[in-house]
Amino acid sequence: MGKALLTVKGVSVRFGALQAVDAVSLDLYAGEIHALIGPNGAGKSTLIKLIAGDLVPDAGTVFFLSEDLTHSPTPVRARAGLARTFQISELAMEARVFDNAVLGALGAQGGAFNPVVRASTRKELTARARAALDRVGLSRSAGRRTADLSHGERRQLEVAVALTLAPRAFLMDEPMAGLGADGTSRMTALLSDLRSEAPILLVEHDMDVVFRLADRISVLDYGRLIASGTPGDIRADPAVRAAYLGDGG
Amino acid sequence: MTRDVGITVALMVALLGVAVWAEAADEPFTITLATKIAILALAGVGLNIALGIGGLISLGHAAFFGIGGYAMGILASHAQTFTPILSAPFVISGTNSMPVIWLVAAVASALAALAIGALSLRTTGAYFIMITLAFGQMFYYFAISWPAYGGEDGLSIYVRNGFPGLNTLVPLHFFGIAFGALALALIFAGRLAASPFGLALDAARQSEARVRAVGLDPYRLRLLAFTMSGAITGFAGALFADLNRFVSPTMFSWQTSGEIMIFVILGGVGRLGGPLAGAGLFILLEHWLGGVSDHWLIYVGAILLGTVLFAPGGVIGTLTGRRHG
Repeated sequence: MGKALLTVKGVSVRFGALQAVDAVSLDLYAGEIHALIGPNGAGKSTLIKLIAGDLVPDAGTVFFLSEDLTHSPTPVRARAGLARTFQISELAMEARVFDNAVLGALGAQGGAFNPVVRASTRKELTARARAALDRVGLSRSAGRRTADLSHGERRQLEVAVALTLAPRAFLMDEPMAGLGADGTSRMTALLSDLRSEAPILLVEHDMDVVFRLADRISVLDYGRLIASGTPGDIRADPAVRAAYLGDGG
Repeated sequence: MTRDVGITVALMVALLGVAVWAEAADEPFTITLATKIAILALAGVGLNIALGIGGLISLGHAAFFGIGGYAMGILASHAQTFTPILSAPFVISGTNSMPVIWLVAAVASALAALAIGALSLRTTGAYFIMITLAFGQMFYYFAISWPAYGGEDGLSIYVRNGFPGLNTLVPLHFFGIAFGALALALIFAGRLAASPFGLALDAARQSEARVRAVGLDPYRLRLLAFTMSGAITGFAGALFADLNRFVSPTMFSWQTSGEIMIFVILGGVGRLGGPLAGAGLFILLEHWLGGVSDHWLIYVGAILLGTVLFAPGGVIGTLTGRRHG
């Protein structure tokens, strides 16, 4: 499998009396989709926040591309190539769709401090933004106001913004949440396609999607990693069946 | 050209037209009124960068307006008494050259904004409002207790400072200076809003998490915006002091911060022409209603209330609709 791009080792975080994440270790390798599943409150989103830099762990380390980012702020991790989509869309809602994509391209360039050059004349920014929107199928909506997008289109735009960063790895927190059947199948195809460019650590509740897409699955329960392996391994794991999948799993 | 830009150009043409008409009709007071509108609009253009694009509700912009004013007052008062500001270890003398005064005013205000911003931008919401207010009041009380430059009574400058090639005592000439300054500031603000920086700053107002997630630091974006905003408002302060040939601690007071904010809100927060429309409306109301009643601010209050409740985009927003696209 080669060397892992992202290595999380023994990370823990506690909120008051709640041990939200308890000594979790996992890896993300090139070319794979690694799904993170577990019941509500199992610590999946918290783990994503620890990796993205929104939270600092009480213990453990986060290495990305052999660099220790455990205590780095979010923008530093993003510039290192860790792109993220949010569980609840985080977009500049008043701005145009295109501007949200340009924003990602700006981040990739590591600078937004020129106050007098028009963003629309910066070819390297606009080309990158256009390519990302094209990739997720939103190029025809580029001029629309982001708040006017449907829920599904906002999820697509989240992925497009992540793409403009030219990421080395994706962290995706429930990209299918709230999507209809059509949206889900489009997003599934997109993610399947993206993994060859950059691996995806995917938090997802839709088990059909997870077992169809994931190369590996890790299961969290009460903040602990209870199983990790291929979809086949996970389906057969008695602890997972008891905690999450149910007997029919 | 967006509608906001179109309306801004129309307002500028109207302002220029009023001044030219007043010159022809020999109404120097009207020219002074137009000059006051241009200068206060300039102060508002400064605040609008922080407030409108950055979403930073600063109740301390009087600090920059006052620093600009005192930069003019201090430099000009030393020039008029031929005493140096500093004699050792090296001599710094006063000046009555407007360009030099502006430069000092803008740099001093920018440095103050950088320092105030560096501390206050670590907070958000009500805390940010309170800290900027506290800084403004600090300058206010400092100015009151500074006898060397007039203390509570302020400082009078007998002759308006000079600008190469113009007679600044001629109302239309001084109007031209203020109008030119406002035009340049509006062009800058317009470019800024469309620049990558403006885009990122605007996005940070709407979703800080998104901006961080693309690798940009909202704190740095806001600090730069706050510094530029302070510099422009400080520049306006220097012009305002020259308009009145007088500076006083009132320029630092929280009422001044409130007035600059009222210009922006009346005209339209985050709209290019907002501060101009707002300052124009405010000065006209002051002029008309002030003649009717001493309590004219009650009417301004009612109009402000109406604006916030029924036309949150202000004058410009009502004319153009939504802010983006």
